[in-house]
Formats: sequence, C-alpha cells, structure tokens
Amino acid sequence: MKTAGVLLALVVALAAQTTLSGLTMTGASMVNLVIVAVVYAALVFGPITGLMAGTAGGLAQDALAGGIVGIGSLSKTIVGFLAGLLGAHFIVAQPLPRFVMFVSASVVHEICYQGLSALVEVRPLRLAYGPVLTQAAINGIVGLTAFFVVERLPGALQRRRARRGRY
Amino acid sequence: MNVGNLGNFGNELPIVPLLDNIQRPTATRPRTGLLFLAVVVGHVILISSQVQSRSGVPVLEGVTFGAFARVQQGTSHAFKSVRNVWSNYVDLRGARAENDLLRSRVADLEVRLQEQRALAERSGQLQALLDLRQFVSVPTVAADVISGYVNPGVLTVTIDKGSSDGVQPNMAVLSSEGVVGRVISPVAAHAARVQLLIDHNGPAAAGAMTERTRAGGMVVGKEGDPPLRMDFVSNLADVKTGDVVLTSGADGIYPRGFRIGWVEHSERGDGLSLAITVRPAIDFRSLEEVLVILREARSAIPEGASEPGGPAR
Repeated sequence: MKTAGVLLALVVALAAQTTLSGLTMTGASMVNLVIVAVVYAALVFGPITGLMAGTAGGLAQDALAGGIVGIGSLSKTIVGFLAGLLGAHFIVAQPLPRFVMFVSASVVHEICYQGLSALVEVRPLRLAYGPVLTQAAINGIVGLTAFFVVERLPGALQRRRARRGRY
Repeated sequence: MNVGNLGNFGNELPIVPLLDNIQRPTATRPRTGLLFLAVVVGHVILISSQVQSRSGVPVLEGVTFGAFARVQQGTSHAFKSVRNVWSNYVDLRGARAENDLLRSRVADLEVRLQEQRALAERSGQLQALLDLRQFVSVPTVAADVISGYVNPGVLTVTIDKGSSDGVQPNMAVLSSEGVVGRVISPVAAHAARVQLLIDHNGPAAAGAMTERTRAGGMVVGKEGDPPLRMDFVSNLADVKTGDVVLTSGADGIYPRGFRIGWVEHSERGDGLSLAITVRPAIDFRSLEEVLVILREARSAIPEGASEPGGPAR
C-alpha cells in the first residue's frame, strides 16, 4: 500500500511536472514536483522510502528529460535519504519545519544536480541563486499544501458525510 | 521516529496513528546506510557509463579498465612473487645439490691431485735415485725406508732390502742428496738396519774432504745442531763456511765424491785441528728411498773424471 501510494505520487508529480515544464525561469523550473513528492515520502515514511522514491522518481525524470541518466536521480536519492534521516531524528510535524525541510531539500537538490552536471560535463559550477531560491520556496508551499490536503481531506469528507446524514 | 501523523488538524476525529509507518532508525541504520551507499555507487556507475572522458573512452570503461588493470597488476605481481619464490627455492635446491656434487668432485680431484703430486714426487725421487745408480759404477740395490728410529738415542732406520738382496754389514747407503749411513748388523733376509751418519753413539764416521780445497778429515755425528762435525782437519787448511763436504773414500766404506753436507762453522780448535761443524745435505727426517752400495769401493769416481754432478749437487 505504501509503495503503491508513493509510486502513484511520483507518477502524478511527473505528469504534472511535464505539463508545467513550460513555466521556466532562467534555467530552472519554477517548481519541481518530483522533489516535492520525494521529500514528502521521506518525511512520512523514512529514509529508505525517501531513498527509493528519489531513485525511482529521479530515474524516470532523467529518462524523460533526456541527457545523462542518473544525475537527477542521484541528487534526488541523496535528498530523499537526508530528508528521511532528518525527519526521523527531528519532529517535523509543524508547517514551518516542513516548509524549511522542503526549501532546504530543494536547494540541496539543486546544488547536487548542478554540481554533478558540472562534474560530468567538465564545466564550472554555475548556480542561479534567485531562481533556485524561488523554486525552493514554491516547492515548500506545494509540499505544505500536499501535507494539508492529505491530512485534512479524510476528516473533512467524514464531517461532510456526517452533516448530510444529519439532515 | 516519524511523527508526520501528529499534524492532524481534525481534533474531533480520532487520530489514527500510522504505526506501520513509524520507522525505527536505530535498528535499521546500518542497513539503511549500506543501502544508501549501494544506491549511490549504482548511480555513479550509471553516470560513468554514459560519460566519456577527454580521450573518448567512456569513464566507466576507463575506470573499470584502470581498476581492473590495478587488480591485474596486483595479481600478476603476486603471481610473479610466488613464482619467483618457488623458482628461487627450486634453484636453491638445485644449487645445493649441485654444490654437494661439486664439493664431492673437488674433494675427489684434490685426492687425485695429491696422488698425482705424490706420484710425481716419487717419480722424481726414483729418477734421482736412478741417476745416482747410473752414476755409481758399483753394483747397487734400491731400497725403501720402512721404519725410522727404533730406539731413542740410536739413530738408525730400517730398509726393505736384506741379505737375500746382497746387503751386508758395513755397506754404504746413499740417497740422491748425499750420504745416508752404513748397514749395521744384524742383517735380515729382507731387511737391514742402517746407521745414520749423524748417529753420535756409534762409529758412523765417514772419511771426508772439502770440495774447494780438498782438505781431508773425518765427519762424525755429534750432539746438538748441526749434527755433524769434521775432525782431523789441519789448522793450516783453508776451510770456510759454505764449503761443500764430500766423501773422500778413505774410510773404505763410502765411495769417494758423494756429498755429505756444507761447512756451517769453522774456527781454530784447541789442538792442531780446526773445529768444523757440518750441516748435512740430507734431511734425515724424511728419508724414503735409498741406494745400498753392494760392495766396498774406495772411490766411485774414476781417476781423472770431474766431480760428480748428481751426487754432489
């Protein structure tokens, strides 16, 4: 069930990401839904799930994007694993820590991705801080929204059913 | 611990703890770390397989080749080391066996060399004896010395020729180097005793003369060193150190003209004679072959002949 849910989340994120791929700013997407899904899975299910989710989502994203397969995957694997570890060691149950976690994971992912790309392509590391931070902030908001929806939606539906039954 | 489920906002609904999702990192951390490491390594390999180095060779291939080359190098080095150790061991064993064989051969050759040397030395001695025999105009018989001094104080040797060979008492005994002594009684059929000229306990004297001035006298044994002295030489005679002393034949035993020794010291004596000491020409400690003169001869040198080269050498 957990695996299916994570895979479903990744597929949805990938589909949405490819749909939104037109929304770009100087070299970086405004939002990276795959990394949001990976961090979410890591925070909820732990480092192993985060690691696996990062690997799977990254490989799929790399394969769809073209180029060298493995760079984005390795970056997301690292981020997923670290996010899972931090989530397991610290209480990340409030919106602010979660937001910080999403933003930090996004920044780390971007640094890893650009660093690996520079290493593989033998070029200097160029990091656009503005777009990166913007994307990280958007990722954080999207992640918080995802948590809110997942945690509130079942209760809201139950309350709605209860009100309908009362009338 | 995962506490993601603590963030439920619906307080009116029972909180459903996701116990299944709670992770216990303490127990799973080593396995998690290994898994993470394996995944990272897999990614590195995956990326490397797609990236080419500056030389155009894929990084994975280059790294794999380089790493495997190191492994091959190490394996080859280890194999060569083992082979060298083994070959050195085998060579060492071979060298040891060869060394033993060579030692054996060297020992064998040394023995043969000593035999050849002894044979050559004996041949030389026999040749010298033959020369002496040819020089001596009287009948002779060659004999081997078979024993040394029997009694302390009596300087005699035993030879392997006796009466059956014509050996009789008072016959002169010579060697290639000079006068040895005379045969004394008793004489056995196949052995005889020879009194050395240096024996100072018995009458082993020999008539003598100096080669340079023909100063006559008599050589007898004495105690001390040198073991011979020359008596009855006039104070007026010219005798110097280093003069060769020969047999004069005046004693009726020793043939004339054979070397006895050298004058080692000559000085005026108490009476009318010189006090002369003589160093014998023979090393009496190493007598091996001798020649027995089978009859008495006043002189072995024909009148008018020059001094014998062989015996007086």
